[in-house]
Amino acid sequence: MQTVKIVVTGPFSAGKTEFIRSVSEIDVVSTERKITAEAEKIKNSTTVAMDFGRISIDDELVLYLFGTPGQRRFDFMWEILSEGMLGFIVMVDSARPETFREARSILETFRAYAPTPYVVAANKQDMDDAWDLEDMRVALRLDPNVKFLPCVAQDKESVKKVLLELLYTILAEMEAGD
Amino acid sequence: MALKGNLRDFTITQLLNLVNLACKTGTLVIEGPGDVAQISFREGKLAYAQLGQRDNSLAGILRKNKKISARQYAILAERATKMSDKELGILLVNAGYLSQADIIESLQQNFVYIIRQLFTWVEGFFRFDADMLPPSDKIPVRLDLENLIIEGSRQLREWELLQQEIPSLDMALKFTDRPGTNIKDVNLSVEEWRVVSYVSPKNTMRQVAQVTKLNDLEIRRVVYALLQAGLVEIVRPGGAPASVSARAFRTEDKEQQKSFVNRIIDRILSI
Ligand SMILES: Nc1nc2c(ncn2[C@@H]2O[C@H](COP(=O)(O)OP(=O)(O)OP(=O)(O)O)[C@@H](O)[C@H]2O)c(=O)[nH]1
Ligand SMILES: [Mg+2]
Repeated sequence: MQTVKIVVTGPFSAGKTEFIRSVSEIDVVSTERKITAEAEKIKNSTTVAMDFGRISIDDELVLYLFGTPGQRRFDFMWEILSEGMLGFIVMVDSARPETFREARSILETFRAYAPTPYVVAANKQDMDDAWDLEDMRVALRLDPNVKFLPCVAQDKESVKKVLLELLYTILAEMEAGD
Repeated sequence: MALKGNLRDFTITQLLNLVNLACKTGTLVIEGPGDVAQISFREGKLAYAQLGQRDNSLAGILRKNKKISARQYAILAERATKMSDKELGILLVNAGYLSQADIIESLQQNFVYIIRQLFTWVEGFFRFDADMLPPSDKIPVRLDLENLIIEGSRQLREWELLQQEIPSLDMALKFTDRPGTNIKDVNLSVEEWRVVSYVSPKNTMRQVAQVTKLNDLEIRRVVYALLQAGLVEIVRPGGAPASVSARAFRTEDKEQQKSFVNRIIDRILSI
């Protein structure tokens, strides 16, 4: 059985777990913990080691989706998770500009691990406070060639679109590398 | 829609960078500690700035810049109360008091002075209003933002933030190919010029730091300023294009690898 993996990363509470949950055929094996620190109480639980989702392709092939923990104090997991990945997705909460610096930092860190193809998703585009994609692109310092896609992580179609764009990018890289 | 936030998370220079690179038109309203600033832009250039209720009249600015005397100011304050800045400007030029360049330069200096004060604000709410244009009775200026961005970015000293912005010194730099930006028009420091002379996808930032004798903090500070001003971007050393990891698949057969990716695509399309 051949397995391939795609990593979903991004700052705390960007929507990584939600993203994987929307397309995984198994209940996401999540290592969520209740959040106790008052300062981080923008939601009730957070991923501490990783999320793990699966999409079986056929008898020979399985795609695993790994979500990284968003909080920096778990970043020792990042490099381990990124080993041998096919590509990665950086999720950014469009309505929380206070996380953009962290998003840039995560993106640069992953980019330094390996020259792996990636796309960036502007998540939570359904929220009133969501920033426009053009503004986010500049704020995140994304190269014009990098695919930057609107996303709503609870919406399966939107998640599929992001995954597909990453796969098209991967395919294009493979063809260019021939 | 919303382009708003807090300066704690998004600095003034980052906002100027956004306006500059996205060529924005509109007004940035910043509610700082005890003061409100309004900075207007046209197509990514600074057009107007006002801090609180401070005197921002042309006569007041010219007086502050010693372009007119206290006596002339008193006369203008008395006689020209009903005149807009535009009308007053035309009057002063026609009367041979001042040249148009004198006036524009004074206004620019005043606006730059206001923005420099904003660099010291570390907290405050900001919002960008694309429908709010510079006041129509004011004399419009057009000032490139790169120099202000570089100047403001140099003030970022916190090690942690710089490390966050530039996590790996093993990446390289390349010049951006943005039309309209000429590095020669930007006021760089000697240190910055030295770094600029080594900018190439062939050199990692660590190598550049070595030859320019800068420590990890110093090289990050210089690179950060250049990045913010949109002059350089971070690339993989050697300019290596993205490539799929050899270990992503168990097979080394390229055609089979592509077939796997195509099958994943088909499967996701069918979910
Ligand atoms: N409105 C809206 N809410 C979303 C979206 N995506 C995620 N959320 C919500 O945002 C919160 C955070 O989502 P998570 O999936 O837990 O985020 P995460 O990135 O896994 O967070 P950590 O693991 O703690 O870093 C949850 O309450 C989600 O329901 C979206 O696209 N729109
Ligand atoms: Mg999570």
